[in-house]
Amino acid sequence: MILQALAFYVFAAITVAAAAMVVVSRNPVYSVLFLILAFFNAAGLFLLIGAEFIAMILVIVYVGAVAVLFLFVVMMLDINLTELREGFLAYFPVGALIGAVLFAELLLGVGILGAGSATITGLNAHGAQVMAIDNTRAIGRVLYTQYFYLFQVAGLVLLVAMIGAIVLTLRSRPGVRRQKAGEQINRTKEQSITVVKVPTRGGV
Amino acid sequence: MTIGLGHYLAVAAVLFTMGILGIFLNRKNVIVILMCVELMLLAVNINLVAFSVFQGNVVGQVFALLVLTVAAAEAAIGLAILVVYFRNRGTIAVEDINAMKG
Repeated sequence: MILQALAFYVFAAITVAAAAMVVVSRNPVYSVLFLILAFFNAAGLFLLIGAEFIAMILVIVYVGAVAVLFLFVVMMLDINLTELREGFLAYFPVGALIGAVLFAELLLGVGILGAGSATITGLNAHGAQVMAIDNTRAIGRVLYTQYFYLFQVAGLVLLVAMIGAIVLTLRSRPGVRRQKAGEQINRTKEQSITVVKVPTRGGV
Repeated sequence: MTIGLGHYLAVAAVLFTMGILGIFLNRKNVIVILMCVELMLLAVNINLVAFSVFQGNVVGQVFALLVLTVAAAEAAIGLAILVVYFRNRGTIAVEDINAMKG
C-alpha cells in the first residue's frame, strides 16, 4: 500500500511539473514534449487506479496521435518566437488571480465532498461485481450494448473531423503538372495517333 | 496511507488550473493555447475516471472515452485551421486574427 502511495505521488508530481513546463516553456517544441510527458504520467495514474483501458487509450490516442500532430504543426509553421513571447508577464497577475480563485473553488469542492454526507470511498455491491472482471471487459460489456449508439456517434465525429481536416488543408495550386491517371488510361488510339500522308521529297 | 478519491481530484484540480493559467499567460500563441485546452481535457478525464473507479461504475470511463474522441477531433480540426490560416496570412499571433471582425 505504501508503494502504491509512493507511485501515486511520483506520477502526480511529474504530471503537474510537466504541465507547468508546458505553460512556461519558451519553445513550443519543448511544450509539446512536456505535454507528452504529462500524458504518459497521467496514464500511469490511471493504471494505478485500475483503469488500464483508458490508460492505454490515452497513450495511443494522445501521445501517438494528438501530440505528434502538434509536433508536426509546430515544426511545419515558421513562427517568430520572440514576437509571440511578448507580454508574457503582463498577463501574469490577472491569470494568477483567476487561477488561484478557480483552484480554491475546486479544492473547496473536493473538501466538501470528503467531509460531507456524500462520501464516495468504498465500492458498493454493484461496483464490486463490476470490478471483479477486468477493466477492458467491463468497458466492452457496456460500450457495445448499452452505449452502442454513442460509440457509433463517436466514430462519426472522428470521420467528420478527418474529412474536415482534409478539406481545410487541401489546395489546388495552379501551374503544377500532375499525373492524371484517369485521362491517361481513357484515351483512345484516335485521340493520340494521327496518320499523316507525307508526300515524297516534301517533308511533313 | 491510502490514496483516495480526494487525491485524484486534487491532481485534476491542479492540472485544470494550470490549463487556465496557460491560456492567460500565452495569450499570443495559438498552439500553446490549444495545448492548454488539451491539458484541461486531461484533467476532466482524470476526474471522470477517478469518480468511475471509486463509485464502482464503469460508465464514467465510457464517457472519458468519448471525451478523448472529441479532444482528438478538436485537435485535428484546430490544427488544420491553424495551418490554413498561417498559409494565408503568414502569422498565427492571436491579435492579428481579426479577419471576421465586423
